[in-house]
Amino acid sequence: MDSLPLSWYLLVAGVLFVCGVICMATKRNGIGVLMGVELVLNGANINFVAFSRYTRLGIDGQVISLFVIVLAAAEAAVALAIVLNFYNNHLTIDVDKGDELQG
Amino acid sequence: MSGTEILFLIFAAATCGGALAVVFSQNVARMAFWLIVSLGSTSGLFFLLRADFVGATQLLIYVGGTVVLLIFGVMLTNSSPYLRIRASSGELVLACGVGLLLMSVIYSTVFVVDWSKMSPRSAEQVGQGYNPSGEGNTARPIGMKLLGLSLEDLGTHRKELSSGYLLPFEIVSVHLLVVLIGAAYLARTKRRIDSATRVGASGSART
Repeated sequence: MDSLPLSWYLLVAGVLFVCGVICMATKRNGIGVLMGVELVLNGANINFVAFSRYTRLGIDGQVISLFVIVLAAAEAAVALAIVLNFYNNHLTIDVDKGDELQG
Repeated sequence: MSGTEILFLIFAAATCGGALAVVFSQNVARMAFWLIVSLGSTSGLFFLLRADFVGATQLLIYVGGTVVLLIFGVMLTNSSPYLRIRASSGELVLACGVGLLLMSVIYSTVFVVDWSKMSPRSAEQVGQGYNPSGEGNTARPIGMKLLGLSLEDLGTHRKELSSGYLLPFEIVSVHLLVVLIGAAYLARTKRRIDSATRVGASGSART
């Protein structure tokens, strides 16, 4: 029944990864940058689960993708707290405004 | 075209389209919506790969937890409901060019390898034969794998023990605790400063 080639999943994961990288690079909104990180992690997750089904990696790929999901949630929580602090100090979440540390 | 392929095409189109819409929409609330579309159809792809536990976790934690957290961030930091912080179009064009280059690099590496010899593993190879009906396909193998026992090796003659994931599980749990404490501390320091300055201001106003 399953005759899908593995490369289809890899192509979808590549699109997600590149979209996440572009999102991280172009968004000036701090929360938009966070969404880009989520997209990148999802692209990697698709690769992990696809290889766990198609190769001898086995169930390990799914366990690792679970760890990735949990760590992404933790990262989002901390980054959101940082963004809130940034908003409290600057009254905006434009990441271009956070340039006090430049020399 | 089989039903699996049609389902895959639907989910893949929703995933890629959602990701592209996240990149190209300027409103933060719409970006959050398209992120929900993309992540939800990613869980559909996981279900197609017979990773039902990972797909359910993706729906619960990502779509139910992380995106809701991001939407709360949008609501807490927006001064106007239709806030738009635009990147300049030149930057966007440049980033799209770099992104296309990166995508061509990734795709050329994908197509260099001949993946056609890879076929999906059968249910016995994945260790799904040990699941009683009604418990899902992968919940029990994942749980046994966390304890260090691999259900995939049970029928074979492989003798080496796999190491298991108990130590990473512990590290992740402690990490989650640290993250919760850190996020709570980071999010409430400003309010403490606020109340302190307010008390100082009222005190100075009284004198």
